[in-house]
Amino acid sequence: MMLENEVLAFGETEGDFSAVDKARVIEALSRVLPAGTLMYDAEDLRPYECDGLAAYRALPLVVALPSTEEQVVAVLRICHQMGVPVVARGAGTGLSGGALPHTRGVLLSLARFNRIVALDPLARTAVVQPGVRNLAISEAAAPYGLYYAPDPSSQIACSIGGNVSENAGGVHCLKYGLTVHNLLRVRGVTIEGEIVEIGSGALDSPGYDLLALVTGSEGMLVVLTEVTVKLVPKPQLAQCVLATFDDVVRAGDAVAKIIAAGIIPAGLEMMDQPATAAVEEFVRAGYPLDAKAILLCEADGTPEEVAEEVDRVRAVLQESGASEIRVSRDEAERLRFWAGRKAAFPAAGRISPDYYCMDGTIPRKRIGEILTAIQAMEGKYGLRCMNVFHAGDGNLHPLILFDANQPDELERAEAFGAEILELSVALGGTITGEHGVGLEKINQMCAQFTTAEVRQFFRVKAAFDPPGLLNPGKAIPTLNRCAEYGRMKVSKGHVPYPDIPRF
Amino acid sequence: MTTIEKEWAERVRAAAAARTPLCLRAGGSKDFYGGPLAGEPFDLRANHGVVAYEPTELVVTVRGATPLAELEAVLADRGQYLAFEPPHFGPGATVGGCVGAGLSGPRRANAGAVRDFMLGVKLLDGRGEVLRFGGQVMKNVAGYDISRLVTGSLGTLGILLEVSLKVLPRPVAEATLRFELDEASALRRVNEWGGQPLPVSATLWQDGVLHLRLSGAEAAVQAACARLGGEALAPGAAQALWTAVREQTLPGFAVEEGSVLWRLSVPSTAPALGLPGRQLVEWGGAQRWLAGAADAQAVRARAVELGGHATAFRAGDRAAGVFQPLAAPLAVVHRRLKQAFDPAGIFNPGRLYPEF
Repeated sequence: MMLENEVLAFGETEGDFSAVDKARVIEALSRVLPAGTLMYDAEDLRPYECDGLAAYRALPLVVALPSTEEQVVAVLRICHQMGVPVVARGAGTGLSGGALPHTRGVLLSLARFNRIVALDPLARTAVVQPGVRNLAISEAAAPYGLYYAPDPSSQIACSIGGNVSENAGGVHCLKYGLTVHNLLRVRGVTIEGEIVEIGSGALDSPGYDLLALVTGSEGMLVVLTEVTVKLVPKPQLAQCVLATFDDVVRAGDAVAKIIAAGIIPAGLEMMDQPATAAVEEFVRAGYPLDAKAILLCEADGTPEEVAEEVDRVRAVLQESGASEIRVSRDEAERLRFWAGRKAAFPAAGRISPDYYCMDGTIPRKRIGEILTAIQAMEGKYGLRCMNVFHAGDGNLHPLILFDANQPDELERAEAFGAEILELSVALGGTITGEHGVGLEKINQMCAQFTTAEVRQFFRVKAAFDPPGLLNPGKAIPTLNRCAEYGRMKVSKGHVPYPDIPRF
Repeated sequence: MTTIEKEWAERVRAAAAARTPLCLRAGGSKDFYGGPLAGEPFDLRANHGVVAYEPTELVVTVRGATPLAELEAVLADRGQYLAFEPPHFGPGATVGGCVGAGLSGPRRANAGAVRDFMLGVKLLDGRGEVLRFGGQVMKNVAGYDISRLVTGSLGTLGILLEVSLKVLPRPVAEATLRFELDEASALRRVNEWGGQPLPVSATLWQDGVLHLRLSGAEAAVQAACARLGGEALAPGAAQALWTAVREQTLPGFAVEEGSVLWRLSVPSTAPALGLPGRQLVEWGGAQRWLAGAADAQAVRARAVELGGHATAFRAGDRAAGVFQPLAAPLAVVHRRLKQAFDPAGIFNPGRLYPEF
C-alpha cells in the first residue's frame, strides 16, 4: 500500500548517471584534493578495477585518495552537488564485488586512513581509522594481553572499515560474535557532507540502533572515517580437537550434538573430502585423506576450563561415531591443524585456475542435505566443488572450481553458485552469512525478499542517502532487476512483483 | 498471513488512512518507560506462542506477545537461556516488549545486549505490510540489519509479530563474591578484571560494596574465586541479589516523591559521577543509576562530558523528553527512518522522542 503523500516509488529502476561529465568531475575534485591524490588515467585506475571478486571488473571515472576527514567531506559534497556516484574502498579484499568501481563514479579509497588513533587498555577499546588492517589492531593490543576478536580469513590484509561495511565474521564468531558485536562507535560522513557520530565509548546510544544498521551496510549509507572497537582478553590457552568421519551427515550430526551438550566451542569447522585432499597436498597438515569429512573443534580459556571442555568434546565425538580423534598436544600442532582449514582458499586456487566462493548460511541440521544436493549439482554443471564450512554457525563456503578461459565455464560456475544460494534460502537460511551481497549475489536477493521488503530497504537507504549516490547498484536489487531475473520470492501462490512493469 | 496478522494489517491501514495514533501495548510492564503513552489502545496480547525452537540450532522464534516467563521456562527445560538476562519489570512482560524496549540485565557488559541476540523479525509496518528481515541463522548479512534497528525502537517503527533470538546454554557454574571498596577503587578493579581472562558475568557497586558474579565452566569459576578472594555469597542469596538488581527491586532503585531514577550509559572507565543522589554502578562501570532530585540539565551535561548519555528511566517529566536529545544530523536520519516505516506517524507517537 502506498500512501498519498509518497510521491517516490523507491527502488524501481537503476539510477542513470550517463550525464556525469568526467572533465568537470576532475576539475571540481582537483580543487579540494592535493596533487597526486586524484587519479584519472586508465593505467592509474587499473589497480582499482576489482576487489577480491576478480571475475567482475570495471574502471572508475576517477580514483580519490583523501587522507583527512575534511577532504572526504569536500569530495562527498562535490559528488552530492554534481550527482556523481561514490564507491568507498578499503583494502579491496571483499569477496562479493562490494567495492567494484562505478564506471561513472568516484572510487574513494580510504587506504591512507591507516592510523591507530588511540588504544585504551583499561577501557579495552581501540579507536582506529578505517584503513587499518584487522590484524594490526590485535598486534597493537597484544602487549596488554588483549585482541580484537573477529578474525576473517583475510585478516592479514583486510581493513577494519571493510569489516564494518560487510559485518565480517571469521572462525571464532559462534563464541566471540561478528563485527557488529565488537563495535562501539563509528564516525562517518553522509553523501550530503554531514559528519555523523554513531555510538560512543558507552555500550549503547539513545534513539534507533544506527550502529547496527550501518554495520554490514556495504558502503550504501555513510563513508566511514573512524571506528571504535572493543578489545577482549586473550584466552590463556587454546587447544584443538580434530575428528574424522566416514560420512558427512554423521559429521553434521556430531556438530549438533556438541551444541546440544551445552558446549560453545571457540571454533567449530568442517571440511569435506575434496577440500581435505586439496589442502593436504598444499600444506601437509597431516589430515587423513580417506575421511569423508573432518571436524576441527577448538576450546579456549583457562587451562582448567580447556581440559574440561576437551574431555566433553571428545566424549561427544566418540559417541557420534568419529573414526579418529586427535587432540593438539602443543601450540605448533594446534596451528598445524588450523593451517589446512585456513589454506582452503589458496589450495583451491592451486588446483584450479579459478574458483568461486559461495557464502550461504543454513540451519546446521540441513548440512547433510545441502552437501548431497551440491554433489548432484557438480554433475549437472560439469564442475567440481569443495566444501569448507563454519559448522558452528551454519555458514557454508562451497568453492566451485572452474577455468575462466574455457568457454562458458564462468557462466556455469555462476549458475551453480546461484542454485546453491537459492537452495540455502529454501532450507531456511540466507544467501550470505559474512561476505556481503555486493554485486555478486544481488539477483539472489530477489529470491530472499519480497517487493515490499526490497522497497523498505531502499527507503532505509534514502534515510541516509536521499539521492542514492553511495555505491549505487549494489547490495539491494532494484525491482526491475528482480523482474528481469525472473526468480523471485513467491509467497503463498501470489505472483511475485505483480506491480512492476515486465520487459 | 495468520488471521490476527490480516486483521491487524487492516486495522493499521485504516488507522494510517485516518491518521489515528495507536498505542501499542501487551502486558504493560514497561508503561513507565519512555515518553508518555498516547493514542488509541492497540492490545497485542492475542499474538503469542513459541513458533519454533531448535535447541541444537541455538535459535528460538516466538510471536510478539509470548510471555517472557513462558519463553524462559521453555528454554530452561533444555538447559538454555536468554544470555542478556532481560528485566521483566512486571508479571505481564512479553518478548515483544523486551525487544521493543531494548533493555538488558546484569549480564549485558559480558554477554551482550538484546540487540546482540536478535536474529530476525517479522514486522507489521505503518503501511500494513508484513515484512521479514534477518532470519533464523547465526550469520546473515543479506539486506540492512532491520532486526536490530527495531530493537529498542519502543514500537515506533512497527508491530513485532515474531522475533527470532539466539539462545545459549546456561553456564554450568556460578559464584558471587563480595568486596568492600570505595567507588573509585571499585571502578578501577572491575575494569582491570575486564581485561583479564576471567569469567565475569555481572558487577554491582553500591554504598561501598562491590559484588562480582562469575559464570562459566566449573573449573574456571573455581580458579577465579581462588584467585580473586573476597567473600562468597551463599547461592540463594546470590540469586536473590541479581534478580533484585535485574528487576530493580533493590532499595537503591526506589524513587521517592519528586525524584527521578536516571540511567547513565558511559564508558566503563568514566570517573565517579559527582552528582547528588543515590548511586548504583553496573556493567563493569558502564551503567550508572542515579536516584535523586538532581537537575535534569546537569545530569545530561555530565553524561555527555563523560562520553555517554542519560535517560530519565523512571518518573520525571516524560513529556519533556526521556532520552538524550540527538545531534542534528542524526535527528534528521531518525525522522526519515520513522517516515520510512510509519509514514502516517501512527505508531506510539512521542514514546521515543517528542518530535515523532
